[in-house]
Amino acid sequence: MMDERNGAPIIEARGLRKSFGPHEVLKGVDLSIARGEVLAIIGPSGSGKSTLLRCLNLLERPTAGEVWFEGARINDPGVDVNRVRTRMGMVFQLFNLFPHLTVIDNVTLAQEKVLHISRQEAEARAQALLAKVGLAAKEHAYPNSLSGGQKQRVAIARALALRPAVMLFDEPTSALDPEMVQEVLATMDELVQEGMTMAVVTHEMGFARRAAGRIVFVDEGRIVADAPPERFFSAPESERVRQFLEKIPT
Amino acid sequence: MSLLGLDAVEKSFPLLLHGALVTIEVTAMALVLGALAGLLGGLARVSPLMPLRGLAAAYVSVIRGTPFIVQLFFVYYAFPQVGLQVPPMVAAVGCLAVYSGAYQTEIVRGAIESIERGQVEAARSLGLSTAQAMRYVVLPQAFLRMLPPLGNEFVALTKNSALVSLVTVQELLLSAQLIISATFQNFAVYLTIGVMYYVITSVVSTGTQLLERRLKVYV
Repeated sequence: MMDERNGAPIIEARGLRKSFGPHEVLKGVDLSIARGEVLAIIGPSGSGKSTLLRCLNLLERPTAGEVWFEGARINDPGVDVNRVRTRMGMVFQLFNLFPHLTVIDNVTLAQEKVLHISRQEAEARAQALLAKVGLAAKEHAYPNSLSGGQKQRVAIARALALRPAVMLFDEPTSALDPEMVQEVLATMDELVQEGMTMAVVTHEMGFARRAAGRIVFVDEGRIVADAPPERFFSAPESERVRQFLEKIPT
Repeated sequence: MSLLGLDAVEKSFPLLLHGALVTIEVTAMALVLGALAGLLGGLARVSPLMPLRGLAAAYVSVIRGTPFIVQLFFVYYAFPQVGLQVPPMVAAVGCLAVYSGAYQTEIVRGAIESIERGQVEAARSLGLSTAQAMRYVVLPQAFLRMLPPLGNEFVALTKNSALVSLVTVQELLLSAQLIISATFQNFAVYLTIGVMYYVITSVVSTGTQLLERRLKVYV
């Protein structure tokens, strides 16, 4: 089932639609992400870019269309969604760390309860990941004692703990003070260096420009531009993108 | 002294003490069973299964909407009419548990619903099932938020236990009334059991407060 060829899509959305009540947020989106690719998803607020990302791991159930992951259709009643989700890490705008658990327990919980990894092994992996995001000293702290940037780095470690094939980032720096944005982006840059497949909904044009291999622009529930960063920024293919870029510091 | 009848209290103190023990026993059993009913009821109230939600809502609605004393008399006096003899102690504990469970259901539901949606989303995004997200992420946090209102409910339950004296369970109030009918010392006896009730409810509320403080480490 799995297609390991480089460049073959690891995630594919076909004709994706999502409505909340009478309001259609996604109006037929086709998107594929290749293994090892870093995709930045940008667009104005309310455009549907977060919904698009959340449809990829089925946090939102698409109203219509198909989502394929690692060669199998996943928005199908017979599919074990929980298994699929362990292969896709997700990082949220508001971190969503578990406040009642220490930092290390945040990172071990799913390893133990979902993947049934032993406590010892889960802890060792958590410690290694916390060291990687620069928070080895905080393993026994509770999330509420951390800064926003630290929380987001723990959240990244938590998602990486399951050794996902893809990382989904939903505006990971939008809730952070400017000086903390950089520490989180630095952690994400490191993942890019390691060849992690990533889809990042972001307003950080600097990150999109330097780290993304491809940028898609979502507007009113549709993808209206899809280009490598050089072309996206220097020669916007649509009037809508040009308007957007004029208003935003790049 | 004898005007206030304190000597009558002194002589019958063992009887009062026994009554207090029965009150504690009834309350403790009803508390455990009621908490169980509240937990199950609360989980049913937020269940994705419509019939479960409906059942729990009906339970809360009926039990909260009728007087406890009517429920107790119904079980104790009306059930035998359809051939179901319920021993006093069983009726007492059962009715108190069901009554308190309805209130606790709402406390549990409210606490669960107060946990930010992002918590469940984060748990689900890590592959935890709905049940696992509830057990490892939502309930531990919800429990802390339940404690203050649960403390209130436990105190209310303790005080409501006096009503089971009406179905011949010889707890603290009924013991007092027996002593009064022999000694006519209303003042001293009611004052004494008032103090005893206060001591019992103080232990209950202090207990929940201590538990709350212990669990609050992460806030």
